[in-house]
Amino acid sequence: MSALGTKHRGSALWLAAMIHRLSGLALAIFLPIHFFVLGLSFHGGAKLDEFLRWSDQPLVKFAEGGLVFLLTIHLLGGLRVLVIENFDWHDGQKRLAMFGATVSAVVAFIFLVRMF
Amino acid sequence: MNVRLYVWQRATAALMVPFVLVHIAVIFYATRQQMTAADILSRTHGSAAWAAFYTVFVAAVSIHAAIGVRNILSEWSPLGHRAAGWCAVFLGIVLALLGFHAVIALVLT
Amino acid sequence: MSTPAQLSVSLWRGGNDGRYESYSVPRRESQTVLDVVTYVQRHIDQTLSYRFACRVGMCGSCAMTVNGRPRWTCRTHVAKVAASGSLTIGPLENLPLIKDLATDMAPFFEKWQQAKGVFAPSQTRAEPMARIRPDSAPRVAANAAIECINCGVCYAACDTVRWNSGYLGPAALNRAWTLVNDERDAGNPSRLAAIAASGGCHSCHSHQSCQEHCPLALNPTASIAGLKRRTAVAYLKGEIKA
Repeated sequence: MSALGTKHRGSALWLAAMIHRLSGLALAIFLPIHFFVLGLSFHGGAKLDEFLRWSDQPLVKFAEGGLVFLLTIHLLGGLRVLVIENFDWHDGQKRLAMFGATVSAVVAFIFLVRMF
Repeated sequence: MNVRLYVWQRATAALMVPFVLVHIAVIFYATRQQMTAADILSRTHGSAAWAAFYTVFVAAVSIHAAIGVRNILSEWSPLGHRAAGWCAVFLGIVLALLGFHAVIALVLT
Repeated sequence: MSTPAQLSVSLWRGGNDGRYESYSVPRRESQTVLDVVTYVQRHIDQTLSYRFACRVGMCGSCAMTVNGRPRWTCRTHVAKVAASGSLTIGPLENLPLIKDLATDMAPFFEKWQQAKGVFAPSQTRAEPMARIRPDSAPRVAANAAIECINCGVCYAACDTVRWNSGYLGPAALNRAWTLVNDERDAGNPSRLAAIAASGGCHSCHSHQSCQEHCPLALNPTASIAGLKRRTAVAYLKGEIKA
């Protein structure tokens, strides 16, 4: 057993799984709203434009950045699961995957924030 | 979760990897260009490619999200497996209907 | 001679409606948590219930929750876990509590049976011994998982066991994996079906708490990943129904 073990619920891999689950839940709640908004363009772009104008405020933009972050981190968390389940086990890989996921998600977030 | 749900969950996940990457690229492009509804619609209207892309995406995400939510409900809520399953089916149908409606809105109308 | 330093420990007493009670135990060099529990039972309160057997890290009987983590108490040095001066010992989680530090291991063993973690012979004694190469891939996979002594630490550490009462758990599935890879075994069709059902290997979310806590450094997450692959292939080939 590792003498350096962290409290198991704080371990990197447990956190990765938890973030993956919570981001998925958040996206599942967000999606119907997203589809509904896009569906506003059903009779032309006027209603959609109204929404796009409304969404031009900082708080909404911030929330949108959050959504991109959630999507990216859910994707990367899912890749972690697919790798663990389908490829040979490598002890070092899991730390690397976690590190890569965190860095990429942060980059994605910064990128989006630059948009605004 | 049993093997059948697992296979559908993982298959839709793997399928969606390239879809999500393209979608993120689309988001970055559209927001950078500060596109209006008219800008978006002029690109999507009548496009078989966008229709196909987003139809498949909506179908996959409806299945994937439904199964994922089923797992969360059966583990974290007092609902049993069967009730969780029905809630998941409901979510999947809602996502599919709203999603296909949105695709039609952007491509056909 | 100066009196030895004292250690203050909290032990769970009673059933589910019990509580932690404090005891003062003399500190000794190289003292293990099992030493502490034994001291309390022998010198302070004979009514304390707990399990142990070999006390040398071979049998797995002494597993308890120590400062929030499931461990073998005979192999846990007080110096390593009570650095902050406090020691809290409770029964293993995810199992019904009998009394104090002793849990009912029956559900754990029942799930072992449900996962069909039992060898099903394919030959009789009349036939020649099976020749298995130790370096064949299935044997290497089985050997990596086979040392499990069913101590219950992984089961106690697993959050999915906590959340999903039907989940067979890391130990049962790990055991099944060793048999799935045993070329002499004939039980695979029904074993894979049992593992592919609800509560089987697909309920695992790869938190890897099992692997982190296993005192023998086994890796049930990897075993379960292997089972996921085997059952998925079997399902797609139509060998098992879901």
